[in-house]
Amino acid sequence: MQGFLDNLIRHFGHDPATWPWTQFVYLGGMALFAFAVINFAAITAGIFSWAERRVAARMQSRVGPNRVGPGGFLQWVADAVKLLTKEDLVPAEADKILFRAAPYFMMVGFACVFVALPFSHRLVIADMNIGIFFIIAVTALIVVGIIMSGWSSNSKWSLFGAIRSAAQIISYEIPGGIALMIPVMLAGTLSTQGIIRAQGGLPWQWFVFDNPAAFVAFVIYFISALAEGNRTPFDLPEAESELVSGYNTEYSGMRFSYFFLVEWGNMWVMSALATTMFLGGWQIPGVSAATLDAATGGTAVALELLSLAIFVGKTLFWVFVVMWLRWTLPRIRVDQMMNMCWKYLVPMSFAAVAFVAVWMLVVHAVPALGLVMRAIMFVLGVAFTVFFVYRTAQNIRDTGDKFDFTSNW
Amino acid sequence: MDTDSAYLQPYLPILVLLLLAGVMCFAISILAGYLGPKRTFPIKETAFECGSPTTGDPHSRHSVKFYLVALLFIVFDIESVFIYPWGALLRDFAAQGLGWFAYLEMLSFMATLALGLVYVWRKGALEWS
Repeated sequence: MQGFLDNLIRHFGHDPATWPWTQFVYLGGMALFAFAVINFAAITAGIFSWAERRVAARMQSRVGPNRVGPGGFLQWVADAVKLLTKEDLVPAEADKILFRAAPYFMMVGFACVFVALPFSHRLVIADMNIGIFFIIAVTALIVVGIIMSGWSSNSKWSLFGAIRSAAQIISYEIPGGIALMIPVMLAGTLSTQGIIRAQGGLPWQWFVFDNPAAFVAFVIYFISALAEGNRTPFDLPEAESELVSGYNTEYSGMRFSYFFLVEWGNMWVMSALATTMFLGGWQIPGVSAATLDAATGGTAVALELLSLAIFVGKTLFWVFVVMWLRWTLPRIRVDQMMNMCWKYLVPMSFAAVAFVAVWMLVVHAVPALGLVMRAIMFVLGVAFTVFFVYRTAQNIRDTGDKFDFTSNW
Repeated sequence: MDTDSAYLQPYLPILVLLLLAGVMCFAISILAGYLGPKRTFPIKETAFECGSPTTGDPHSRHSVKFYLVALLFIVFDIESVFIYPWGALLRDFAAQGLGWFAYLEMLSFMATLALGLVYVWRKGALEWS
């Protein structure tokens, strides 16, 4: 980002090193980027709220919201306006200051993740050398917001939901954090851009196919991310049938919408992180990162947009998988949830770290083994994907399901 | 520019975004406060309890399991924080021929951690029934 602003200053005939206003331009640029990113987060969360309802409706043979705009696409704008004009209720017995402050903690913790999340080859707000560490740390602010909202509401449902949610998020943070360490080990850096650069554009160059333990780590990360985002099958904190609505029971209007904005926005965060760490990020097949760095003029812009499209495409695919899971799996019980985390995922993630370390040292000694393993993993992955698509197509054919794009879409 | 501020430069966007996100949330909440109706009465301001009057203290005692989970989290999270720098540097260790040494060092650390997990498991702290 700094390089871009330096070029802009040079364009207006000043030298960034000596011009006295350089620091102010940086600050203004940062504020502008930050504003753009917060809006991006809010708007994607809004669009996902529409997309999720359409996907859910499709999976349950309903139509879903289709009145506002083409295919109901502007439903989220209508919802936002409605929430903005609703009464902002604060219960009489609530802790007023904490009650009002809790949604801010959620939103700030959520927005901060986007500082280190890359979007394309150059588009990242701050490529910090502790990137992934920062992301794991700052998502913890969301737990603070949840506990604050639950405690300050002075309602049984809120407190039950908040305590369950906090227990779930902090439990799954351990396997999730350790699984994310495997790409860090393979890349030798904590920077998100550095981890993407250590991978390649073609699937067998991705970390997910590097070795069996890396694949296991990807699965562990994905399960943990679902649990940390309170997504089904881990939506116990918001179990409507038992807890009314969980920690946000007493909220209404705009403050209520912040909680759901964070929940839907989190789908982008977890999918973008999976793409960054395991699935090659913005790497274009056949074009190395060095070629991208060296490109100038129109080629650079075209490659940049292509890398952005690849990153967004992969991320949206995983967002869809998250929605798909939500409308496929039932909610699990609290003891199953805790058992799965502490008795299966935590030992497995430690074992995966130990295995990857051995594998890295072996590959360091005999590099050919790494290539063989990548090839085997890739072939297995392709075989599994083909089988999965075949079975899914067969299931859809068996149910006789048809989709009419013309009449009532 | 002195070295300290050069070191902190990459973290400035975080501060800017932190402040901006807080200010934007606050501004929108204030706006919503003006746009929305204000028609409150005592019943509306009570906590939700499925329609019946609220009974008892909502801040009642909770199962000790939740506190146990919090304690376990602190132990294991801090340990995994210690593993991170090692993970980021393992490649460099291997390049300098110290790979197996670094691996055994971390394995002994993780074995201690695993021993802790086995202990908690045996004690029944992971059972929820």
